[in-house]
Amino acid sequence: MQLQLMMSSGFNVFRVGISFVIMCSFYMPTVDSLLELSPQKYFSTLQPGKASLAYFCQADSPRTSVFLEELNGAVRPLQDYGISVAKVNCVKEEISRYCGKEKDLMKAYLFKGNVLLREFPTDTLFDVNAIVAHVLFALLFNEVKYITNLEDLQNIENALKGKANIIFSYVRAIGIPEHRAVMEAAFVYGTTYQFVLTTEIALLESIGSEDVEYAHLYFFHCKLVLDLTQQCRRTLMEQPLTTLNIHLFIKTMKAPLLTEVAEDPQQVSTVHLQLGLPLVFIVSQQATYEADRRTAEWVAWRLLGKAGVLLLLRDSLEVNIPQHANVVFKRAEKGVPVEFLVLHDVDLIISHVEHSMHIEEIQEDEDDDMEGPDIDVQDDEVAETVFRDRKRKLPLELTVELTEETFNATVMASDSIVLFYAGWQAVSMAFLQSYIDVAVKLKGTSTMLLTRINCADWSDVCTKQNVTEFPIVKMYKKGENPVSYAGMLGTKDLLKFIQLNRISYPVNITSIQEAEEYLSGELYKDLISYSSVSVLGLFSPTMTTAKEDFSEAGNYLKGYVITGIYSEEDVLLLSNKYAASLPALLLARHTEGKIESIPLANTHAEDIVQIVTDALLEMFPEITVENLPSYFRLQKPLLILFSDGSINPQYKKAILTLVKQKYLDSLTPCWLNLKNTPVGKGILQAYFDPLPPLPLLVLVNLHSGGQVFAFPSDQAIIEENLVLWLKKLEAGLENHITILPAQEWKPPLPAYDFLSMMDAATSQHSTRKIPQCMKETDVQENDKEQHEDKSAVRKEPIETLRIKHWNRSNWFKEAEKSFRHDKEL
Amino acid sequence: MGLSAVAPLWGPPGLLLAIALHPALSVPPRRDYCVLGAGPAGLQMAYFLQRAGRDYEVFERSPRPGSFFTRYPRHRKLISINKRYTGKANAEFNLRHDWNSLLSHDPRLLFRHYSRAYFPDARDMVRYLGDFADTLGLRIQYNTTIAHVTLDKDRRAWNGHYFILTDQKGQVHQCSVLLVATGLSVPNQVDFPGSENVEGYESVSIDPEDFIGQNVLILGRGNSAFETAENILGVTNFIHMLSRSRVRLSWATHYVGDLRAINNGLLDTYQLKSLDGLLESDLRDLAILKDSKGKFHVTLKFFLEEASTNQSADAITLPQDDNDNFAMRVPYDRVIRCLGWNFDFSIFNKSLRLNSGNAFGKKYPLIRASYESKGSRGLFILGTASHSVDYRKSAGGFIHGFRYTVRAVHRLLEHRHHSVAWPATELPITQLTSSILRRVNEASGLYQMFGVLADVILLKENAMAFEYLEEFPIQMLAQLETLTGRKARHGLFVINMEYGRNFSGPDKDVFFDDRSVGHTEDAWQSNFLHPVIYYYRYLPTEQEVRFRPAHWPLPRPTAIHHIVEDFLTDWTAPIGHILPLRRFLENCLDTDLRSFYAESCFLFALTRQKLPPFCQQGYLRMQGLMSTESLWQHRVETRLLRDDAPAGRDLADSSQQPGDQELLGASLAPGPLAQSLDSNKEEL
Repeated sequence: MQLQLMMSSGFNVFRVGISFVIMCSFYMPTVDSLLELSPQKYFSTLQPGKASLAYFCQADSPRTSVFLEELNGAVRPLQDYGISVAKVNCVKEEISRYCGKEKDLMKAYLFKGNVLLREFPTDTLFDVNAIVAHVLFALLFNEVKYITNLEDLQNIENALKGKANIIFSYVRAIGIPEHRAVMEAAFVYGTTYQFVLTTEIALLESIGSEDVEYAHLYFFHCKLVLDLTQQCRRTLMEQPLTTLNIHLFIKTMKAPLLTEVAEDPQQVSTVHLQLGLPLVFIVSQQATYEADRRTAEWVAWRLLGKAGVLLLLRDSLEVNIPQHANVVFKRAEKGVPVEFLVLHDVDLIISHVEHSMHIEEIQEDEDDDMEGPDIDVQDDEVAETVFRDRKRKLPLELTVELTEETFNATVMASDSIVLFYAGWQAVSMAFLQSYIDVAVKLKGTSTMLLTRINCADWSDVCTKQNVTEFPIVKMYKKGENPVSYAGMLGTKDLLKFIQLNRISYPVNITSIQEAEEYLSGELYKDLISYSSVSVLGLFSPTMTTAKEDFSEAGNYLKGYVITGIYSEEDVLLLSNKYAASLPALLLARHTEGKIESIPLANTHAEDIVQIVTDALLEMFPEITVENLPSYFRLQKPLLILFSDGSINPQYKKAILTLVKQKYLDSLTPCWLNLKNTPVGKGILQAYFDPLPPLPLLVLVNLHSGGQVFAFPSDQAIIEENLVLWLKKLEAGLENHITILPAQEWKPPLPAYDFLSMMDAATSQHSTRKIPQCMKETDVQENDKEQHEDKSAVRKEPIETLRIKHWNRSNWFKEAEKSFRHDKEL
Repeated sequence: MGLSAVAPLWGPPGLLLAIALHPALSVPPRRDYCVLGAGPAGLQMAYFLQRAGRDYEVFERSPRPGSFFTRYPRHRKLISINKRYTGKANAEFNLRHDWNSLLSHDPRLLFRHYSRAYFPDARDMVRYLGDFADTLGLRIQYNTTIAHVTLDKDRRAWNGHYFILTDQKGQVHQCSVLLVATGLSVPNQVDFPGSENVEGYESVSIDPEDFIGQNVLILGRGNSAFETAENILGVTNFIHMLSRSRVRLSWATHYVGDLRAINNGLLDTYQLKSLDGLLESDLRDLAILKDSKGKFHVTLKFFLEEASTNQSADAITLPQDDNDNFAMRVPYDRVIRCLGWNFDFSIFNKSLRLNSGNAFGKKYPLIRASYESKGSRGLFILGTASHSVDYRKSAGGFIHGFRYTVRAVHRLLEHRHHSVAWPATELPITQLTSSILRRVNEASGLYQMFGVLADVILLKENAMAFEYLEEFPIQMLAQLETLTGRKARHGLFVINMEYGRNFSGPDKDVFFDDRSVGHTEDAWQSNFLHPVIYYYRYLPTEQEVRFRPAHWPLPRPTAIHHIVEDFLTDWTAPIGHILPLRRFLENCLDTDLRSFYAESCFLFALTRQKLPPFCQQGYLRMQGLMSTESLWQHRVETRLLRDDAPAGRDLADSSQQPGDQELLGASLAPGPLAQSLDSNKEEL
């Protein structure tokens, strides 16, 4: 029985230690930067039995790349495992079959001696972790069994019962840091334990794990199992999977489950203490030895990996321990006296241990909390940047500052744009900068007067103009109702709005010739850059309702897209030419030089607006900060091609072909130029880790589910591949690379809980009354001191009761707690 | 006698009865609204009724508005400040320091155009009120003294009865709603032996020449008493001032009805031992005897009762006979009564059940916090007479206070009788912080009527929008839905202005060290007037309002926020005022109320399934805030500060563990802005 309890002999520990030492000393002298060799030279250095990773690349390839940097970083860790790393430059004179034909088809190869073990496409070796993990995984092929289903696991388990223990781990993917940690442990312990690895969540679930998203590592105690029908006991490692944690965990697994001692608990030390784990002594007497031992074993299993359990034989003990104590608890911290406990239930022992660990955690939390984000630090980017910029002088004189006295006179006298803002509001002040930029750009060229009014000063004026929120831009034109600007609060869009408002809406076109000039973009040449589409409504002179609807729509669209109306007697000439039946819309796309016609039978103003707005959307737009919202509201998944610079025309062609073939109807295809939209880098970082080379084609299911799918970067972006990929996607055969977080936007930080502070102060006040009086008599001889003392009493509650965290649901409980806290004080 | 000027002008009761019977005979003219009195409150109400196009009539016994001010204050100096300069253009803000103007849309009708004096002359007030009535064309029947008011039950009437007003000519007026703005017109008299020897404030000479070399005893310790003393301080031998309780200094009590510093010259000479003095005693225990020389002696009523009736005045025991150092042992040449005024209850028939209050003496009629009489529906008390609601607390008894309470009453009436809901602005939640800031920085009604009128924010479903209601009488909070026609189903905020809990009082030292609070975390201990925001998840019930904790203006809220007091009353500091307010609102609503540049919204839109409200309500509606180059530069700088930390991948993993939020927050270490911007990114 006692033998069985010893899970592994002391010798094993020893051996591992030795092997570490040998490894380190052996490989110490080698260099830790990447060797660069010719193929011939490289093959000549290969030693039998020794592993080597070589990256073959063209001699003329760039000297640095992301992959080479990562490879360089892997040199040192791989050397620790006796694996050399080299970069082999394929020169023309020495043709090697490992030298790929094309630049981007270069691969890395793993040799053992001069035998090729594996070849790796460079994208699988995306970082140091991946390189180390993959290389070790290939080398330890026998030591680490990769399985995908429960049956495999059971087979291994059955085969090893009574023979060896198993270390089973689940990692989310091959090549991630957790995988590397497991492989490094396997390198050391692979001969002692059978390592089993899976990436299948289903398998993890089937053995009853919770929180299956994370890496897991189990120790299967199979060596003890003699009866084949019995299951191996399992111990879950609770710490995150790192090399060190696995090492410590295995060490505790190897330690004896239960040790008998007969010495002063204060003096006892085991491997647990060295590992920072506490010791639990179950106090035993001769009379109850058997029962005590069974209890101790039971406790030991429960606390495996959390604490060391020992059986303390009271009878043969020289020091005295309290009569009733049946458990002694010894913390790992040095100098902390042992605790003598009376615990009549095994669960109490367990909870005592776990609670003591919990307390440590809590204490850590509290410490962290003190240093945590300060709620007095600005975390609103607009407020912060406006504040930081407050000392810069803006050329405000380019805009006219209005007052209550000048407002009406000014907006009546000339066409004006008015910015209503509040001087204390950050968003207003941020936009004021763009507004001034517009003024700079329009300086001396516009008939529109740019004005502004600070509603913090002229509150009444703003209220009278129906302005209740800030910032608001309104355009005042003679004889027209003021129009609120509803575009982006930025220089570009506001400038566009102002420029496009130089004409009337809709423009009344009076001759065929003028209509043609209008459609060709000649008529408003200088405005075409602001509105890439011109809309012309064609009506026969009698279609009054249709014209009214169109005019209303045109008025609504003013400042956003040029609209014109033609309803002369000869309108049929135009409608025939553009194959439109009246009433109709002609859409002239100036960039593409195309003119489309859309029939307008019984179409109401808002529908016309919708038609025009939809027509403004491009088939394959470059997505930007400004235009995303108009595509976003289509509620379709976005197919985004991330491009570092202008888009490759071939890709564009491929996607446009798919669009025409209706493959992309359920999607919004677009591309993103990282040069124009640098924030796109942040998006890629959120999708990929690590970042593969550009271009990248990604499908983002923004509106339902948030899955992100990546088009395989090793495939060329051509129609066939895309179609295939889309079909796989549709069939659900593609795995998403990530899911966008769906979390709600919660308060970034807590607020001051003044209510609790007030409560606490009230209760403190009442409980403190008596001591305070005593104090006053004590210090009566010195008036000044007394005063100071009072103020100290008055201040203390504030300092101690700055309760930053407020739990909404536990409002009253929290208050109660703070009361109790007070009383204890 | 000056007394007759304020004394009732109507005839004996017998005549009254005859008139009351009269209306049954003919159909009297009917008005929806009748306003009694064309003083400041009556004019103010008339203005709102006129603007709303209501059927109303004001009845004024004098030929011009503001007759009270034609005689009072006796020494003609108003103690309501006429601050013409504040350094600010904001008209609403400036009303915080204009205690004389009535509310109107016409900027010419501001009192500063009528007087240059900081403490203006009462004649300017009379002129101002006359102009106010004339310029706005208010409907006022002058020279009409309403002698009697009674009720006529009628089911068809708005309130189940009409108010029947009878004037001095016997003319009868029928009113659906009666708005009483008659002020306090009856001088307060205390009955004690010898009170017939006392001159009243309303009639006493104001010529200092009449007091040369006299010993003067003044009864009372209010502003009229001190005003009277101030006038004669330099010519009398001494002035003694007698009152029941100690003097209350308005700068210590923060109540403008207490003794104002402008009148407190006597305190100075008393404490500098210049023969003047203050004494405390209950007037009802005293008696004043006139001796053979015509001088007045103060004695106790008790001694008077002991003595037989036919004893001469000289023979009656005086306190100094037993107690030879009795303070008031010198004979006085004059005794002047300055004991304030009472509401004139006499014209109201018993059926109106308009009773005097009990709490603060009997000077005010008993009304609800909605200013409606407790006795009869449809009868509202406006102006000075409505001060029982906030007596000794706020400014409801004074022009600069009741101009707002009158507006509140008008809003209640608009909803009750015309289905016009209490005016409210509906705004998206992103404007929440701003709308509160705007009001606490400029609103004059909140500032003047602190603790009485408060702004209310009613949240809409999902807290994506809200309605902002201004200056609601907070004691009526439980009845908000029925009184305003607005719904409070999804929680509400109340924005109130408050002094510190223990800051105000007649015996308080308001100049103690550390009286001002500077740190945001100590904002709840602010002493000076500062905004306090209450958050309720549900509208409090009447019970909760009535049985609220002592010294609380409102029931216990779910959460409370104090915006730290500010020396300049300018609550716009980004870190000191705005940031803590935003955090409070965020935590109440459980959302993120930060503003973001369009670039950030763009990033969020493509990397998260949910967007913060600012991006949802702005950017996604194509109204995103684009940053400019220099702002972006600052943003990049703030970003750099935390970018040297390792990329957040590991954090992202660990943060997914449930309950690990704390740890995550901690691992993000202290850092500026961008830190927590990112923290959010990582958390999701």
